[in-house]
Amino acid sequence: MTRIPARGSRLGTKTISFTFDGKTYEGIEGDTLASALIANGVHLMGRSFKYHRPRGAIAAGAEEPNALVNVFRDSARRQPNVRATVQEIYDGLKAESQNRFPSLAFDVGAVNNLMSPALVAGFYYKTFKWPAKAWDHVYEPFIRRAAGLGEAPTEEDPDHYANRYAHCDVVVIGGGPAGLMAAKCAADKGNSVIVCDENAAFGGWLLSDTDLRVDGMSGAEWAAAMVAELQANDNVRMLNRTTGFGYFQQNMVGLTERITDHVSRPAPDLPRERMWQVRAGRVIIAQGAIERHMVFPGNDLPGVMLAGAAQTFLNKFGVPVGERIGVYTACDTAYAAAFDLYEVGCEIPVIVDHRTEVDAQILKQAEDLGIEVIKGGHISEVTGRLRIGGIVVKSGADTEREWDVDALIMSAGWTPSLHLSSQSRAKPVWDETRGIFLPGESPQACICIGGCNGTDELADVFAQAAESVGGKAPKCKIEDDVSTSGGMSGATGDSLQKGKAFVDYQNDVTAKDIALAVREGMHSIEHVKRYTTNGMATDQGKLSNMHGLAIAADLLDKPIPQVGLTTFRAPYTPTTFGGFVGHTKGSLFDPRRKTPIHDWAAENGAEFEPVSLWDRAWYFPRRGETMHEAVDRECRTVRETAGIFDASTLGKIEVAGPDAAAFMNIMYTNGWDKLKPGRAKYGIMCREDGFIYDDGVVGKLAADRFHVTTTTGGAPRVLNHMEDYLQTEFPHMRVWLTSTTEQWATIAVQGPRAREIIKPLVKGVNLNSESLSHMSVSECEICGVPARLFRISFTGELGFEINVAADYGRSVWEAVWARAEPLGACVYGTEAMHVLRAEKGFIIVGQDTDGTVTPHDAGLSWAIAKSKPDFVGKRGLQRPDLVKAGRRQLVGLKTSDPKKVLQEGAQIVANPDQPIPMDMLGFVTSSYWSGTLKHSIAMALIEGGFDRMGEKLYVPMEDETIEVEVTGSVFYDPNGDKVND
Amino acid sequence: MLLIHCPYCEDDRPELEFANAGQAHVVRPSHMSEMSDEDFEGMFFIRDNPKGVNLERWRHIHGCGRFFNAVRHTVTDKFLKVYRAGEPRPTDAELAELLK
Repeated sequence: MTRIPARGSRLGTKTISFTFDGKTYEGIEGDTLASALIANGVHLMGRSFKYHRPRGAIAAGAEEPNALVNVFRDSARRQPNVRATVQEIYDGLKAESQNRFPSLAFDVGAVNNLMSPALVAGFYYKTFKWPAKAWDHVYEPFIRRAAGLGEAPTEEDPDHYANRYAHCDVVVIGGGPAGLMAAKCAADKGNSVIVCDENAAFGGWLLSDTDLRVDGMSGAEWAAAMVAELQANDNVRMLNRTTGFGYFQQNMVGLTERITDHVSRPAPDLPRERMWQVRAGRVIIAQGAIERHMVFPGNDLPGVMLAGAAQTFLNKFGVPVGERIGVYTACDTAYAAAFDLYEVGCEIPVIVDHRTEVDAQILKQAEDLGIEVIKGGHISEVTGRLRIGGIVVKSGADTEREWDVDALIMSAGWTPSLHLSSQSRAKPVWDETRGIFLPGESPQACICIGGCNGTDELADVFAQAAESVGGKAPKCKIEDDVSTSGGMSGATGDSLQKGKAFVDYQNDVTAKDIALAVREGMHSIEHVKRYTTNGMATDQGKLSNMHGLAIAADLLDKPIPQVGLTTFRAPYTPTTFGGFVGHTKGSLFDPRRKTPIHDWAAENGAEFEPVSLWDRAWYFPRRGETMHEAVDRECRTVRETAGIFDASTLGKIEVAGPDAAAFMNIMYTNGWDKLKPGRAKYGIMCREDGFIYDDGVVGKLAADRFHVTTTTGGAPRVLNHMEDYLQTEFPHMRVWLTSTTEQWATIAVQGPRAREIIKPLVKGVNLNSESLSHMSVSECEICGVPARLFRISFTGELGFEINVAADYGRSVWEAVWARAEPLGACVYGTEAMHVLRAEKGFIIVGQDTDGTVTPHDAGLSWAIAKSKPDFVGKRGLQRPDLVKAGRRQLVGLKTSDPKKVLQEGAQIVANPDQPIPMDMLGFVTSSYWSGTLKHSIAMALIEGGFDRMGEKLYVPMEDETIEVEVTGSVFYDPNGDKVND
Repeated sequence: MLLIHCPYCEDDRPELEFANAGQAHVVRPSHMSEMSDEDFEGMFFIRDNPKGVNLERWRHIHGCGRFFNAVRHTVTDKFLKVYRAGEPRPTDAELAELLK
């Protein structure tokens, strides 16, 4: 293993063992997977997406496009597309390369590389066009197989993720020299500060630079001192391993903190990640800059990497990236990297500088070290298969020279990282002299400082950092600061015509692809991007955008800003779904509401169905019963004896106040003035457009108090609707609205023996029809607790609904059941309730109505008060389309074959022999088998339905046509005698 | 996520506590029955969809429960002003001032 003991600012002392593709390697505490592999001489880390070309790490940080691996702890904890340059190693870490079969060194998919002339930009658009039939069986399966990076885990993620909100005066994104200085200056002024950095250690580039001295300290020492100072300040929160991934409205930034990904055996109670939503008075973006690669043929061979990355591997991790290292650059910083490597004993056979003019002092330094510099040259070819073996350099008068190398470091200059600035909706500004985009002014309270602002000299960075928070930087003595001057964007040599010079590594986009896109008419960068997929990979073009743009601009002969820079979107780097989800999964994502009687139902064998957020008892099968048999039995028992039913989910709203009746007059179509206290009424609520919004029985308890019930799913929107009118249209009304859904447990007792069942339990009201007639309500005592007892029926039988405080719900239910069971009554669920109500033609809002049905359409004209001057929906009901003939109206249907049960939603036609598409008259809204009536029953919305009584219509199904007869919708006890028993 | 100032709670609260309730200052006439079809259409169905300043209603539904009005810029998503239900619509001059 090659290490330079004197280097490696980030290394600890412990040896750590890990596996890559099943082979065990050793690294050192502090290593990333990439640095540890390179230390072991492994540069080949993955295969590319399209051509399956061998790839190694190009970068040393978050911008890495190539070295994507699958890291896993067990079968459920598998994370694909982890950048080996970011993943810290831990004892027992298991990593696998991706996108290769059968092995990384021999990959069958590499045949794509030979087919590459056919796989150029726009390949998909040109190839998968026709014939249309080929889509289902050929193209789509092919694309699906080829698409995607890595493999998603198939098991549920067993880890948990935390979420935190935070507020602070200043949040600093990036803990390099700029970020640390800004944090210090902000904290010195008494601000609350959060500063985050995506790396394990703060310091940014300072940890990779061994020459620089700040007040006599090395960069790493200076950073450590700053970190210590900041950590000692209670007003400062330091978050390492934390990426500022998104910039949202009103100065909210999203941070994702990785807590256990670097830990060998994480404590089980630790979240894997914590997502921070930080609202800051001021956002300081100190994201730094990202080095660009050089675009030349073969620039993707393992062993070719960014000069800054090589410097990082050496100075942070003590790993020289090769023994004989070539340099290809257009920027001064690569020289510093080369000199560093030279210093530790690497051979630097040549520095190829794309520029013709190079700073004399730098050239002198190279000369002193005996390193040959070729100015105005370019690399025309590289040799090697799984690792670079040599370079061919052209310069001046087409002379070609070759060098053997085992690594090549390159730099085309530094791109200020505009991601977060762009997300804050700042427009980038083009700097023509330096050939870079700089952050423009943001509409939000944020400032970019340091590398991401294109600032070069460290002294300027410090001054800017201080200024950004209105502070003053301490005077520092800065020595040996390396300039980032120089740089170029675009292709070099004749790589637009020849060879594979990669612009975008992750999506395998070459310089030639960009040229082809321009030739084929893509003139805006947005089109070029989509046609070639340049910059559309998971790295969002951190390396490739500027090159792609420059190539397109050059070919179009337009200035770069006119071709345009694409907008950056969150997240800055891939962010796990788990972090966004946090704790809101399972029952915390989709909470289930349970009634006070739920547990009793569960203990007594109920099957449940979800109704809005509620779990409702659906039916109560006895041993061996099918659902159909259970529902039949429950219905029959209710009709013959009695049944009890948990109706607690019904929405309930208490409407109280001196103007309660006047308010009810506005909100419901019915009249409420004449209703006497103690009486109840079926009410319909419309929207202003005249369509049914909700319905329910309303009990008038006193002149100024109504007990309103709503549909189970409708309660929240009905209350919102009422509040809206009360607060904004009728604020003068003295009315108070209170949701009481969960305060009352509601027990329906229905059937001929209902009175007999509850009689001994009730005190304070006589249950005979004289004192408590059908559609009445009484406040009384049941089982010794205060109750509201309704005499109402949703079954067509003699019925009561007992409301008691929810806490008493279960005991009252049990008391009622203790009375009911010996009499032969049953407990019934929602399915039987549906059959029973349908037999009576009672509608369910949302099932028999769909938001386009008026009370008239539903046959409920009787519930509309004629004399009221105003109610919500009154004007809407007069609209021409709502009063014209031929509207769909709610009717009953009987199938000619009584055993045939229609499908809900089935369409209805007059003539089944007409050609397709047929004229649809309407559709089935409710359909059941009625055990009581011994035939199927259905309700349907049919054009002009009320005038079609007795008419035969047809329901065409896939395999048959069903004949039906239009009837009234009340199938059972049409005169309604039973409820008055 | 937006922070919205509730003019009743007199506090900035997260967007999650609020529900948008459509265009503000749509007046429900007291004699609706006498409205023409055209007027009803304009009152109930037709809504502004401005690029720029939008006057809209919000409800602090998971807070105090009150409806209020807001002036929001639809491009920047900035809330320029919030005011209680029943308070008059800001004049055009006031809106222009808010945009400065």
